[in-house]
Amino acid sequence: MTSMERRAFLKCGACALVALAGPPRFLVRTAAAAAAKGKVLVAVFQRGAVDGLSMVMPYGDPGYAAARSSIALQPPKAGEQDRAVDLDGFFALHPGLAPLVPLWENRSLAVVHACGSPDTTRSHFDAQDYMESGTPGVKSTPDGWLARAAKALPATPAPFRAVAMGPTLPRALQGDAGAVAMQSIERFDVRAADQTAGRGFESLYAQGVRDLLSGTGRETFEAVKMLKAANAARIAPANGAAYPRGPFGEAMKQIARLIKANVGLEVAFADMQGWDTHVGQGAEQGRLALRLRDFGGALAAFAQDLGDRMADVVVLTMSEFGRTVAENGNRGTDHGHATAMLALGGPVRGGRVYGRWPGLARAGLFEARDLPVTTDFRTLFTEVATRHLGVAPTTLFPGWTAAAPPLGLFG
Amino acid sequence: MRRLALALALLGALVGGGAVATSVGAGTDGAAPRPAPAPRDDDRAILHALSRLSFGPRPGDLERVRALGLRAWIERQLRPETIDDTATERALADLASLRMSIPEALRAYPRPDPRMREKLQSGQLTRQDMLEMYPPEKRPARITAELQAAKVLRAVTGERQLHEVMVDFWFNHFNVFASKGDVRWYVAAYERDAIRPRALGKFPDLVRATARHPAMLFYLDNWLSAREDFVVAAGPNRGRRAGLNENYARELMELHTLGVDGGYTQRDVREVARAFTGWSIERPQAVGRFVFRPAMHDTGEKVVLGQRLRVLGGADDGERVLDILTHHPSTARFVATKLARRFVADTPPSALVERVAATYTRTDGDVKAMLRTIVEAPEFWSEDAYRAKVKTPLEFVASAARALSASVDARGAFELARASAEVGQPLYQAEPPTGYRDTAEAWVNTGALLARMNFALALVSGRYASVGVDLGPLVAGADRRQPAAVLDRLLAALVVQPTPETRAVLAEQLSNPRITRLTTDDRGPADTDVARLAALVIGSPEFQRR
Repeated sequence: MTSMERRAFLKCGACALVALAGPPRFLVRTAAAAAAKGKVLVAVFQRGAVDGLSMVMPYGDPGYAAARSSIALQPPKAGEQDRAVDLDGFFALHPGLAPLVPLWENRSLAVVHACGSPDTTRSHFDAQDYMESGTPGVKSTPDGWLARAAKALPATPAPFRAVAMGPTLPRALQGDAGAVAMQSIERFDVRAADQTAGRGFESLYAQGVRDLLSGTGRETFEAVKMLKAANAARIAPANGAAYPRGPFGEAMKQIARLIKANVGLEVAFADMQGWDTHVGQGAEQGRLALRLRDFGGALAAFAQDLGDRMADVVVLTMSEFGRTVAENGNRGTDHGHATAMLALGGPVRGGRVYGRWPGLARAGLFEARDLPVTTDFRTLFTEVATRHLGVAPTTLFPGWTAAAPPLGLFG
Repeated sequence: MRRLALALALLGALVGGGAVATSVGAGTDGAAPRPAPAPRDDDRAILHALSRLSFGPRPGDLERVRALGLRAWIERQLRPETIDDTATERALADLASLRMSIPEALRAYPRPDPRMREKLQSGQLTRQDMLEMYPPEKRPARITAELQAAKVLRAVTGERQLHEVMVDFWFNHFNVFASKGDVRWYVAAYERDAIRPRALGKFPDLVRATARHPAMLFYLDNWLSAREDFVVAAGPNRGRRAGLNENYARELMELHTLGVDGGYTQRDVREVARAFTGWSIERPQAVGRFVFRPAMHDTGEKVVLGQRLRVLGGADDGERVLDILTHHPSTARFVATKLARRFVADTPPSALVERVAATYTRTDGDVKAMLRTIVEAPEFWSEDAYRAKVKTPLEFVASAARALSASVDARGAFELARASAEVGQPLYQAEPPTGYRDTAEAWVNTGALLARMNFALALVSGRYASVGVDLGPLVAGADRRQPAAVLDRLLAALVVQPTPETRAVLAEQLSNPRITRLTTDDRGPADTDVARLAALVIGSPEFQRR
């Protein structure tokens, strides 16, 4: 059996397990969940491997500018607009992320640099798979790490405990946490003039067969009812928050609404495409800058929208790997190794760049070309899930125990 | 044992065109003599074949295939050139961009003036001015929209069904993202010239055709990849240093040929990238065709998967790499796995994969031969494979339109393409080179299921203005005052074999006064709301499977 077949086999094994797990997972709904105002983790995946070196630029390292003759950012300079923003005298934030600077200043934004996977694959598909399953090098893991985190939470399961914004359920939330995938709150309903059709469909999926389809169908109708009861469709952005147009801004807006609707959301997931900058990456302006502007704008709007509620929320960003230290022949960067990840929210001890900086001297690079990983992504994810959500660490990353001490992201 | 018996019975049915005894789905005791054949069992095999080798049965297909014979139907589908499809061709005539060469498309759908946006923002230009100067039907996005409509049209009304299934399959295998840069002008030509003529041909030819096509060269950046020390000699980038780009080399091995575990290393990625340096695009915004640029090419020695390439091979370096890759056993297994996953099950039986891979090796990757190995396999006809696949959104939307005999022209096809996007699959918009996934968990989730139910409701109630749905003929002959008879007639027309549970739920609906309208004196049903029943069937769990 090839590993791909094995993976597929085990995945379906997991589906069967899900199916046989018994009664619908949403035992308790509206009332109990609505009362809770718990902690929320929002995971954001930058798909395509973001260039961590230009997202959070190590301007204090001479290797950065030396390796990038046409796409290096200018170092920060006080009073100059449209340039990278100094963080700590060594690192600077890409100017596209300028909307996040107030969060850095009020110490609710932290950076973890040179973070990534111990697995050395440069395949987007495999590396995303490993980061979402949480098991680098092991493809047969049936479920995702966020699904395991959600399932391990002590609170009573609610339909919207785990939600992915988007048309499909990401690998990170596959498993038996009963995660919901949705594109928007408005469209999350059976759209018919009266309730006959909805009830008819509900009966069709309520029948005895226990498989992926019917199980999902049952969960769907539970979720629809709850969302209606919470009147979530009426909730608008608050505090003057303006989300950038586009799918990522929309996804963050929808997640904020679910949080404000108090439907028991504990784990949310959103992703953003377009980070695979092989060609014409740009510096202060250009392709990467445009993506970062959307990214930073949406995260900042989210924090503003939630206001005081950010005291209970942590946003964690991730990407499957980083990009080559040196630019390639097309003013872009190829697939690399470590990247930078962000954690933001009230509970985060922000205003600091975490992780050991390995330096960009060629001799110290991974395979003489890439930023080496000094923080295993699981160290970061574990810290967020245990300290913020209160998940027991043992269930998160099977077969792995942290060798390194925690980063100290939480007070 | 049982599967083998089933398969043998079925092969008999294939040879005899349905007249021979068969027992698919009947009995559970492999040792006992097979019971006498019931005609329903033949039908089940035909339905299975229709659901896998086409975009789903239309009313009357069962009878047509029964009359022709299942094996003859499959053979006919394997020779699309013998099938008349003028009606579809005529409908496609409204989509002009499909027939344009790349230079024609570049001229007909010019790149928007970048200053337009500034002028719009600064108020120098009103939105109305812009719409007049630059109407949507003249914009490059129109090419993708027409291609989306064409895919839907061919899937719904085309007669060359298996060919369309394979065009869709190979496009997804050699995916390009239609909205990346210049790909938007190349994508229609890519499907038409690189994929379509070879969809039932030889796999190595598909690899070669896609490797040279500007759509792939642009999408995976190879057109810019050059030897390490290359300096641009002329043009706007004169004096700029260029170098190697690994993108195509890596995806060629990971996703097109060997598979990620196919036995290549990072060093091989570099060597393959070096071999393809110089494979580029001639004047991408005016000509848009393959060109080999010797000046960009890396003439150094290259070793790919342990094989040394001929020195100074020039453009042949790339060809030689494609030879090595398409003749590699990992490629045979990778392609076999993907085909078996499409036609049999998300987790295809490994014995079947091995046999299809052996066919690949024996026939130099002949797609027809591999498909024959699959449809002659007991695994294809096994009980485990029946309805084992969840339809992709495209398959769901197309099969629904087919089941309802919807009349779809180019305008209707635009609407159904949007529906596919709403259900989770915007056509030609898979951004990563992996394309869309072909397994159930990719498509089954709460939001997507709701979207499917909503699509069913919208389709039967005429909310797609250019998609004609006339349910009357589907239940013609059934007495509308006899709800159960209407339901049976409808299920037969839609060629859906419901489970007993689903049948029971649907029957229960017949007591709902909104579905079965009562006569004023309340003495029994006067009429049955066929549309609502049809929506329930299309949204049912069974209809999500193929």
